[in-house]
Amino acid sequence: MSVVETIQHDHAEVHDPHQQHHFATAEQQQDASKIGMWLFLVTEVLLFGGLFVGYIVMQGRFPEAWKSAHHHLQRELGALNTVVLLVSSFTMVMAVQAAKLNRRKQLIGNLWVTIICAFIFLIVKYFEYSHKYHEGLLPFKAFYSYTGPQVPGEFHFFSFYFMMTGLHGFHILGGIAVMLWILKRAYAGEFTSQYYTPVDLIGLYWHLVDLIWIYLFPLLYLIS
Amino acid sequence: MSSHSSHHDHTKLYATTLGGLLVLTAITVAASYVNFGSANIVVAMFIATIKASLVAMIFMHLKDDKPVNAVIFTSSLIFLGIFLGFCLLDADSRDKVVTGHLTWVEEQDREEAKKKAKMSPAADHHAPAAEHH
Amino acid sequence: MADVIQQQVQTATISGHHEVDYLSDGNGIKDWLYTVDHKRIGIMYLILVLTAFLAGGLLAMAIRLELLTPARTIMDAETYNRVFTLHGAIMVFLFIIPSIPAALGNFVLPLMLGAKDVAFPRLNLASFYIYVLGACMMLGAILTGGVDTGWTFYTPYSTSTSGSVALTTMGVFVLGFSSIFTGINFIATIHKMRAPGMGWFEMPLFVWGMYSTAVIQVLATPVLGITMVLLVLERAFGIGIFDPRIGGDPVLFQHFFWFYSHPAVYIMILPGMAIISEVIPTFSHRTIFGYRGIAFSSVAIALVSFIVWGHHMFTSGQSQLINGVFSFLTFIVGIPSGIKVFNWVATMYQGRITLKAPMLFAISFLLLFTIGGLTGLFLGSLSVDIHLHDTYFVVAHFHYVMMGGTVIAFLAGLHYWWPKMFGRMYNEKLAALSCALIFVGFNVTFLTQFVLGSRGMPRRYYNYLDQFQPLHQFSTFGSWILGLGFFIMLGYLLASLRGPKNAPADPWGGTTMEWQALSPPITHNFSGTPVLTRAPYDYRNVPQGVDK
Repeated sequence: MSVVETIQHDHAEVHDPHQQHHFATAEQQQDASKIGMWLFLVTEVLLFGGLFVGYIVMQGRFPEAWKSAHHHLQRELGALNTVVLLVSSFTMVMAVQAAKLNRRKQLIGNLWVTIICAFIFLIVKYFEYSHKYHEGLLPFKAFYSYTGPQVPGEFHFFSFYFMMTGLHGFHILGGIAVMLWILKRAYAGEFTSQYYTPVDLIGLYWHLVDLIWIYLFPLLYLIS
Repeated sequence: MSSHSSHHDHTKLYATTLGGLLVLTAITVAASYVNFGSANIVVAMFIATIKASLVAMIFMHLKDDKPVNAVIFTSSLIFLGIFLGFCLLDADSRDKVVTGHLTWVEEQDREEAKKKAKMSPAADHHAPAAEHH
Repeated sequence: MADVIQQQVQTATISGHHEVDYLSDGNGIKDWLYTVDHKRIGIMYLILVLTAFLAGGLLAMAIRLELLTPARTIMDAETYNRVFTLHGAIMVFLFIIPSIPAALGNFVLPLMLGAKDVAFPRLNLASFYIYVLGACMMLGAILTGGVDTGWTFYTPYSTSTSGSVALTTMGVFVLGFSSIFTGINFIATIHKMRAPGMGWFEMPLFVWGMYSTAVIQVLATPVLGITMVLLVLERAFGIGIFDPRIGGDPVLFQHFFWFYSHPAVYIMILPGMAIISEVIPTFSHRTIFGYRGIAFSSVAIALVSFIVWGHHMFTSGQSQLINGVFSFLTFIVGIPSGIKVFNWVATMYQGRITLKAPMLFAISFLLLFTIGGLTGLFLGSLSVDIHLHDTYFVVAHFHYVMMGGTVIAFLAGLHYWWPKMFGRMYNEKLAALSCALIFVGFNVTFLTQFVLGSRGMPRRYYNYLDQFQPLHQFSTFGSWILGLGFFIMLGYLLASLRGPKNAPADPWGGTTMEWQALSPPITHNFSGTPVLTRAPYDYRNVPQGVDK
């Protein structure tokens, strides 16, 4: 008669302390977390996507301004930051592997390098921003005060430059905060080859931040 | 745990990938100094897409992960493509008079010219393109 | 029937330790506010969502009352603009979007899957509090002057008008996160938390509907978020993207807005269809006709919803080419929707139908949704839309879909799962009366508006020509009948809560897994892990409801 039968829980089975009660197995929990993270990354892609679409459509409206404005960006600094982020992505994937292989010291070391790279990125960005600030190349009609020769529509470019790199920068900051927290847990020895989901997830997040920069760099710095 | 990429040491693969990414970065920067005309952006986006795929497949483990995650991630790109595609289709096929932004550009040009005329009557070498469409 | 109930009670007690139902499991204020139990979060959502519905409904009554006469009736023109904006924004963002997924879905989905909870219970609670925050921001916007842009916030009006546009749009931004979190949670739950033995095609169709909804929530909502941020920045500092005075493109705003908001229409209707797919087989006591057709059509609707948004913009000045493309694509939506309607009707054919309250609402849904869907095809035709755009015909169309469709389906679901949620039956006779009043009131109100619109009455107007007065008055009378119907419903539902917990586990003869849990379910839903042993909608050997 009944549609369902019930399996009684075998409470004698050894429970991983990290496994939440509503999951049947640790594997189910890890898979669910991963799907959740990927879905979150999807929302990130579409959030940035709105800015990308706006940027590209506005470029179509003001192609001359875009060409002229991007000369104010320093290609070398953009390239440097690209290298920094790529290296940090590498150390991040090494950190995930270290966690998976139970290598605590390697995990901590790689996390530190990743965090340091993130800071280098922000410092370079700071120099770029302050340079723009002094020239008056600021976002939005309200703040843009550059008086040199220019084509109509350049403030549109700088609005997008600051919005896109700014949103990206906030993601770097957020990443640093979470990585520090993961680092603290790594020092406490919480991660083992049995349980390393948080390292895995922050890794995915960090690679996405890298991935977005991979597109931001040519779009903003290398248009001609 | 569900480690589909088995618990082996992949350091070599990761290092090679990083090497590839750095080389591609160098290529894309170098290419930006060469003038391919309107193909420049295509080249840059093509290289960026190779780089992004490397990051997604190797660093984000999509190559060895359960396919569902790859499907989820790809869907974001497809739908972003739809969004961009329709917006661009509209922008490119729209009657430009309706959009009104050309009027705005001309207005800016006139103002700029007025300013210039005030500041230095001789400086007429910078003539912004009003007919860029 | 009695032995079925008996069996449920036994399964609950053999697990060895005594398990209380979720309602009685700690009733301090903190037990509710800090809960991660999907059922309690669902109930908290339900309370707020119904409150929003009440507020939005009262505003609607005020709008109708104002339109009783061509000149001023109860409010001035400025207030009228703010009232209809508020009505739209509250109904869309605070009521319809979270109504079925976050309130009913939250409660039912894990039960249907045989799971103990959603995949991320804390994220679920976070989603609730973000909803509360967003609601507070919108409330703040009302108190600081309100908004008169309409719920669509079109530029350039929204970048130049006074009023709390920024606070409202930021409220919408925040509410978006709440919706995204629910979506992420549901997708992960459906992928990973199904009971042993439940493959994708053994899932109840409600789950398929929730899945499709969640896909849209995750894919579309972030774009709304960034659009709202861009709007606020444009308004405050001038990005130059949407405001034509500084070189922007107001039509681009409409693209951004509708890239979310058209799929959002399906965030609203898909859950409604999902409920109907449960109610109709249960009360027809017959296996659903075309399970896969309904399941896949849900997914198809979700995907197609992303390529038709431009049909909201036929008169906006977007390109002629894209007008044609969008008009053509719009007709595709009719196919999966039609498949569903035919399958529901085919399920009822030769079924043993019992006309309980949920079924009455479901049948109302079928009639009203069909009218709403078909008039949608009129509006999707480019040339016809040029005449009907921004008239009452559009108002009537989307009310038939959103209210005649989603709200009526929500009521069907509410009546269907009410015994499960609270363990109590409501007064069936009053429920039938209320359903009849709502059905009649609804048609009097909105069928009239089709006529008004086709005769040229524009939407959002405060005054109108004298010749429209009889129709407007008729429509307003309808709103009173509607109001009476909802008032009666409020009465008997609240009254049922004062009664004893008298609901059996499976009062309707439903076959999906939630009916195997007790009414109301225990905190962990089932004692032990339930295993699915047969397909859903298999009614052989299932008795048909309590007092049959």
